Amino acid sequence: MGKVSRRVGMAIAVLALGVAGLPRGVRAQSEELRRELEAMRKQLKQMQEQLEKQAEINQKQEELIRKLTAQTTAPPAPAPAPAAAPPSPPSQPAPSAPAPEKPREPWSPTQPITILSGARGYLNLSFDALMDFGWSTTPDVTTIERGDHDPLQRGFTLPNEEIFLDGAVDPYFKGVADLVFKLDENNETEVELEEVYLTTTALPWNLQAKGGQFFTEFGRINQQHPHAWDFVDQPLVIGRMFGPEGLRNPGARLSWLAPTPFYSEAFLTVQNSHGGTAFSFRNADEELFGRPPLERRVRNPGDLLYAPRYAASFDLTDSQTVVAGLSGAFAPNASGPNTRTQIYGGDLYWKWKPPWQAGGFPFASWQTEALGRRYEAGAATLERPGLPTVALPRETLFDWGVYSQVLYGFTQRWVAGLRGDWVSGDRGAFSPDENRADRFRVSPNLTFFPTEFSKLRLQYNYDHGQLLGDDSSVWMQVEFLLGTHAAHKF
Amino acid sequence: MATIRRLLSTSLVILLTAPALGAADKLKVVATTADLAAVARAVGGDDIDVTALARPMEDPHFVDAKPSFIRVVNQADVLIEGGAALEAGWLPPILDSARNPRISAGSPGRVVAAQGIRLLEVPTQLDRSMGDVHPQGNPHFMLDPVAAKTVAQTIQTAFCAVDGARCPDYEVGLRRFRDAVDAKLATWQAALAPLKGTKVVTYHKDFDYFFERFGMEVVGTLEPKPGIPPSPTHLTELIPRMRAEHVRLIVIEPFRERNNPDFVAENTGARVLVLPAMPDGKDAPDYLSLIDSDIRRLVDTLRAAPATS
Repeated sequence: MGKVSRRVGMAIAVLALGVAGLPRGVRAQSEELRRELEAMRKQLKQMQEQLEKQAEINQKQEELIRKLTAQTTAPPAPAPAPAAAPPSPPSQPAPSAPAPEKPREPWSPTQPITILSGARGYLNLSFDALMDFGWSTTPDVTTIERGDHDPLQRGFTLPNEEIFLDGAVDPYFKGVADLVFKLDENNETEVELEEVYLTTTALPWNLQAKGGQFFTEFGRINQQHPHAWDFVDQPLVIGRMFGPEGLRNPGARLSWLAPTPFYSEAFLTVQNSHGGTAFSFRNADEELFGRPPLERRVRNPGDLLYAPRYAASFDLTDSQTVVAGLSGAFAPNASGPNTRTQIYGGDLYWKWKPPWQAGGFPFASWQTEALGRRYEAGAATLERPGLPTVALPRETLFDWGVYSQVLYGFTQRWVAGLRGDWVSGDRGAFSPDENRADRFRVSPNLTFFPTEFSKLRLQYNYDHGQLLGDDSSVWMQVEFLLGTHAAHKF
Repeated sequence: MATIRRLLSTSLVILLTAPALGAADKLKVVATTADLAAVARAVGGDDIDVTALARPMEDPHFVDAKPSFIRVVNQADVLIEGGAALEAGWLPPILDSARNPRISAGSPGRVVAAQGIRLLEVPTQLDRSMGDVHPQGNPHFMLDPVAAKTVAQTIQTAFCAVDGARCPDYEVGLRRFRDAVDAKLATWQAALAPLKGTKVVTYHKDFDYFFERFGMEVVGTLEPKPGIPPSPTHLTELIPRMRAEHVRLIVIEPFRERNNPDFVAENTGARVLVLPAMPDGKDAPDYLSLIDSDIRRLVDTLRAAPATS
């Protein structure tokens, strides 16, 4: 700081000296400058006058258009549009031919005119705020709520305040940026570059590529932002497998929409495999299962994270739709020099929405995800103060879990939900381990949506953990959204 | 890695052996709603295959972005949307996944029906405390037959741009549709002439274009603000106003709840009339029969409804 301010001070001093010691030649120059300035002022004035004139003309034109439009829609148009699109000769490549250019033709009242305008910019911008408040029987809420966007403490939490930007970059790409702000336990603001990616819009053969930092397309809930969740907190199994932040990292993804008679899409994601957002993989931030994490470098392409996914959907009836998917995520982990992790998942979503729905209601849905993890844990020596040293062998740990949730939008604006969570694992050398012990949770909730831009949610959680005991929590969640509401995927 | 390879190759085999769609040489047209599909069918006739995404009886603002739509839109030569943010809540994710450059914004195969329509109720300022106001104006213009003619022209222009070889057919289709509307328009206007100036209340701002065309007046909605369900406060204000203005009719779409309309009807002596806003392929198979049957229902109901004191 001191250095910088000294430099600034010197610069100012030099400038001051320079101005004071202006030689005569410079004064002549300033005279010239003044003249130029005068000329510019004149030009500006002229331009202003011109602009005003143009504005008047525009206004007149608009009035004319309004009058003419009124005429178009009033009397029935008798004749077909004169040569709006003449039959093109067969030699002309029809599909690639540009649309008949309306503006160049003399305008006739029977022709459609463009009135839509302006309301959309190059960028959709929205801000979404989530606020939780409530109470739990445990004073340390983070022992049962492990997600980074879950309620953190008794009282109030601002777990996820996000700025979402998206739009077409050009005819070839679409861009998305999602910046998340949240307040931690000490009320410090944390900022996350949660997602920043582009997707292609014009690749051949039904391919689509995505690049940047993004949530891995694994199952359903991993890609959803907290404001799209149907419950206040993330499912337990997602926290166990993907950690507090979900599975996301810089990388690339290719997907292929298959030409089947039903919806069917295959995805392959390749991402970096390290950091807290690759929780079960090369995660040097956390000591998992008693093994201190190793710094593992990427030695070959096999050390990146690979996540294939296949999803298919069927409309069972006019009002029932099912989507099912299988996912995998494979990468090395940080517990040993040659250890790897495999996570597998299956997801199922069913929704009923009758053909007379109003405002999106009534509806019923059922969503379930089951995940399993195979974790090759490296050998390690566990030293804890006051406890005997334990040698942990190289071993393979299996963990699994499932959540299942039912939602019922029983009347306009009201949704009742019930979720069950269960996680478990086999017995490892490091035991008991809070990250692997049995847990279950039951969460009924009720959500009121005044509009699609706000919501009020009340949720009760009954938690039981092998190591944690029993806990009850009640959470209230309030959301508001400003700006363009990006439509949700099915 | 071996696991990944096995998984991928298995899925590839499954996908490639799935029956490929027969290459029909008809123009594949997808319309977001049934009314647009009906007009497209009138213009394109046998030269096109039309699919409507939203079901005819459902609220077109809140359609689910079903994955099956992705497949349909992926294979479309032409996509017709209403525009003016009618489908803003569900069409964008379908388009993102459909990866079909033929129907991307600005392509000849993308038709925005609102383009060329003089939209009513264009807000001068955007403020969501006024409800779910569409920034570009009221998008429910398809019940106005004159607007439908403009839409037919917009659709025909797109069909010709995409499928120039059959352009003469589309011109014939357009001319036929326009002539039919013109011929019917006189009948419809004659049938509704005695009802000119009749005041009606609607549930949502769905029928404004229709009633404006036929000289009737929408004096209020059961919704206090667009998209906001009827509230007791609003209804207690609306009911005396309806009595004072001698409103005899409450018009609602088929998907609306009946409690509030019936309550208002009981307290004002007005009748509730359910008017389909979309051709449904059954009672009203096409656009003209939809307007026909709506006007018949309107006339019948008003004839039966006693003039309130």
